[in-house]
Amino acid sequence: MNHLPLITKREYLNKVRNKSFIIMTFLSPLIMVALVAVVVYLSQLNNDKERHISVLDETGMLSDIFEDKDQTTYSILTGTSLEIAKELVESKEEFGLLHIQKSDESENVVSNISFYTNDSPSIGMISGLERKIEKKLSDIKLKNDGVDISMIKAAETNITIMQETFSGEKTSKLDGYLKLGFGGAAGYLLFMFIIIYGNMIMRSIIEEKTSRIIEVIISSVKPIQLMLGKIIGTSLAGITQFTIWVVLGSVLMLVMTTIFGISLSELQTPQQEIVNQAMQNPDVANEMQRAVQSFLNLPLINLVVAFLFFFVGGFLLYSSLYAAVGAAVDNETDTQQFMMPIIMPLILAVYVGIFTVIDDPHGTVSTVFSFIPFTSPVVMLMRIPFGVPLWQQILSFVILAGTFVFTVWFAAKIYRVGILMYGKKPSYKELYKWIKY
Amino acid sequence: MNNLLVADSVSKHYGSFRALNDVSIAVPKGSIFGLLGPNGAGKTTLIRIVNQITMPDTGRVFLDGENLRPEHIKNIGYLPEERGLYKSMKVGEQALYLAQLKGMTKQDARKRLNYWFDKLDIGDWWNKKIQELSKGQAQKIQFIVTVLHRPKLLIFDEPFSGFDPINANLIKDEILQLREDGATVIFSTHRMESVEELCDHIALIHKSNKVLDGKLTDIKRQHKTNTFEVGLQTDTIDSVTNAIKEKFKVLPATFKNLNDDVKLNIKLDAHDNPNDLLRFLTSKAEVHHFVEVIPSANDIFIQTVKNN
Repeated sequence: MNHLPLITKREYLNKVRNKSFIIMTFLSPLIMVALVAVVVYLSQLNNDKERHISVLDETGMLSDIFEDKDQTTYSILTGTSLEIAKELVESKEEFGLLHIQKSDESENVVSNISFYTNDSPSIGMISGLERKIEKKLSDIKLKNDGVDISMIKAAETNITIMQETFSGEKTSKLDGYLKLGFGGAAGYLLFMFIIIYGNMIMRSIIEEKTSRIIEVIISSVKPIQLMLGKIIGTSLAGITQFTIWVVLGSVLMLVMTTIFGISLSELQTPQQEIVNQAMQNPDVANEMQRAVQSFLNLPLINLVVAFLFFFVGGFLLYSSLYAAVGAAVDNETDTQQFMMPIIMPLILAVYVGIFTVIDDPHGTVSTVFSFIPFTSPVVMLMRIPFGVPLWQQILSFVILAGTFVFTVWFAAKIYRVGILMYGKKPSYKELYKWIKY
Repeated sequence: MNNLLVADSVSKHYGSFRALNDVSIAVPKGSIFGLLGPNGAGKTTLIRIVNQITMPDTGRVFLDGENLRPEHIKNIGYLPEERGLYKSMKVGEQALYLAQLKGMTKQDARKRLNYWFDKLDIGDWWNKKIQELSKGQAQKIQFIVTVLHRPKLLIFDEPFSGFDPINANLIKDEILQLREDGATVIFSTHRMESVEELCDHIALIHKSNKVLDGKLTDIKRQHKTNTFEVGLQTDTIDSVTNAIKEKFKVLPATFKNLNDDVKLNIKLDAHDNPNDLLRFLTSKAEVHHFVEVIPSANDIFIQTVKNN
């Protein structure tokens, strides 16, 4: 008798009707968006802090580079000694004092630059000051050596290397980023999905054990049917939740940006300016066009199909292991020792994916790891945007599917024995014995 | 074929632990069969094998003359000792689900459930969650779920635990009614008074071996010790007592009776005739009480387990 649809349906309905599941489904995007809003707000708050910096410039040549900007204002002190200036700044409770000491040697304009403050200035601020002064000093030196600065400015060039395959497909650096983005997102999505919903499967099996209903169920259905039903039902619930998250999250983000549009766009002013400038610049406009082109050039169908196959395969592989762990223990605290061997290859996959695929998507390491079944779903998903030969994809999936059949068999063995075992936490040795029962 | 369930030389090992050793039982159709044994004897293992939860290492099991197959689960109703239902699921939904797992259609299951809910007067529980019910109430649901699909073979593991006397009685009557309706019942319990009351056949499993089985009356006959409870009335208690003690093996007796002067258990040898004893007694005193001591299931259980 095939009860798989019945079990799957119950598992699914039970999950999606669960109050905490419903609350999490609708609250999580809200929390995420709220979190983003808070971060945005706080960073704005931080930027709002007014800073006043006094500058004591002994050379008298650098004063014109300190322009008031955003919340930072400058005042130039003249005709005072450092000691007096320090006292003055401290008594006025200004943010700090920048002291530029004049050099005795004629070729070096300054000898020493110090910033006095009781506050802790950010690294960004200090390096900003450094950049300003460096640039001015170089200009001054060049001028002193009789070089026309406007000529240098005119000679500066920006280049972009155009990439093209021998068959004539144009690509660019952007293309690489896009591919990396796609692959990374797919791999990471799978990783998150396994962690969240694998745990859910495990918990639901433990629950079945602790509520002791298992013996009644097992007298009606085969353990493997029950296990598969639980895995499929929970996965469907997971996909439902994930979809709602994505939809709700994007809607909320949209609402957020329209309501708080002004404050957000204010924050984005510098970037937007760049974008606007870029749009006017014909070169960058070309670049954008190429980006669209390279998006269309991605092996999209391959990507979608492979994503489905590897996502499902990878998730089933890991979830069967989670199910086995759930069956082996009595309560969640006992799961720790069995979780490590499951999580490790998963984390390894993500790291291999991030570090080697970026470096060389078809290098030995990434190729090998895209065949090892425990890492292949993540690594292969990351590699596919860069174009992986079909035979490799198929071979990798066949290995994955074969391993999946094996892990389900293995998990079912543990499951069959484990679900009726209560009391003590089993050791690995005992698990091995269970497989032989 | 008079036996509904036959287990033939069933053995089961868990690793090096021997849970069942060459156990054979035959459960006659329409009987209430008591499966007895101390804790850890192997009863649950045997029940799980019958339910096809675990497979025997060797030996075969037949249901109604056929080799036990997965399809047979719809002919078996099993109430495990470890009760459990999905706590957060509603009563009606859960009962429907479990009935469907036993191969019933949804409509049929709903009809049967309405019948049982009316019968036990619990119609208003349909939309309650199990966690809102008391333990005894949940047990009732579990009982209904066990018998709902009208199985030929019912297996009850400690069915009365968790019930108050009134509900225990209710369930007992239902079990007897199910037997009337043609079901065969395997009944595993430690409560010997319910064995006396319900079972007509028993099997006793001890340390993985079957040590005793058969009709309860036959077993009692085998275990009777030829002992008679005797209550006499006389003026000369001492002399009468001594006269009996000279002729027979005598043990102290503690039965309830009205003003008996002498209360004794008298054990006869195998070749002795109770009539001779009675004649002897009537010659000495007035006989008010003369009953053969029939061993209780409890006595048989303890004695058999101790001897093995």
